Amino acid sequence: MSDARRPRVAVLVFPGSNDDRDAALALEGLGADPLLVWHAERKLPEVGAVVLPGGFSYGDYLRAGAIARFSPALRAVADFAAEGGLVLGICNGFQVLCEAGLLPGALRPNESLSFVCRDVALRVERTDTPFLTRCETGQRLTIPVKHGEGCFFADADLLAELDAAEQIVLRYDRDNPNGSVDDIAGIVNAEGNVMGLMPHPEHAVDPLLGSTDGALILSGLVEAARERLLAATV
Amino acid sequence: MLVRPKPGILDPQGKAVQNSLRHLGFTVEGARVGRLVDLEVETSDPEQARAEVERMCAELLANPLIESYEIELVEDS
Repeated sequence: MSDARRPRVAVLVFPGSNDDRDAALALEGLGADPLLVWHAERKLPEVGAVVLPGGFSYGDYLRAGAIARFSPALRAVADFAAEGGLVLGICNGFQVLCEAGLLPGALRPNESLSFVCRDVALRVERTDTPFLTRCETGQRLTIPVKHGEGCFFADADLLAELDAAEQIVLRYDRDNPNGSVDDIAGIVNAEGNVMGLMPHPEHAVDPLLGSTDGALILSGLVEAARERLLAATV
Repeated sequence: MLVRPKPGILDPQGKAVQNSLRHLGFTVEGARVGRLVDLEVETSDPEQARAEVERMCAELLANPLIESYEIELVEDS
């Protein structure tokens, strides 16, 4: 039983994850009780939310995220998501969620074929998801990206579907670093409880590093995790 | 099995190959880069093997949203 004031949030760790500790540190600073969960775990502890961090899970052989979806922990995450649990995938975590079918679409090599690592401007398209309650619609966020395969792709039919269901929650604001279709930077599933994004909010939580806009996203997640755990204890 | 980026999908790798070839003075109208996966399967029933490889493609080796694939069976005695 975790303390509801400091909601427990699981951060999955795959072989090759490299932003797991940054994510945990950022979540802790924002009031959560982060718990690193190794990929071989078959069950998740009682948590208010799950974060899939950035990195190169299982070396990202074949396609980014393609192997991680078979890990025991990810099956547990899929069950958690199916019950309405909050799941946030960052960068490689987003790739894993797409490959696992928890989010629609696919992430392909950047149009430039170059790894990009820099701050980008984002536009918030929706705030009525648990992850973006701290933001305002149309708000401009500065959050870094660092990826080689962040080019979100959806064919015309899927794109129309995402648009109609308002599943596109973050777009690059006139500064698309990877050639993603329709400038998409982040999406949610149809139910709204699973979100993936290429930029790294966990790297934008300290003024020393230039921007604290990432804290808006992660603190929304922490708040939602807290509410969820509180509701479960009542 | 051969995996290819689906037609119409931007293939930056193919584009880079095409540009490089042009730099070398070759005339190339287009280039697409895919992936070749050689699988060794022991079976006495080629059709069953093909069905099995079909499943491998659908479940792991290709992402049907962005890639197409074709399977070729080669007998090795």
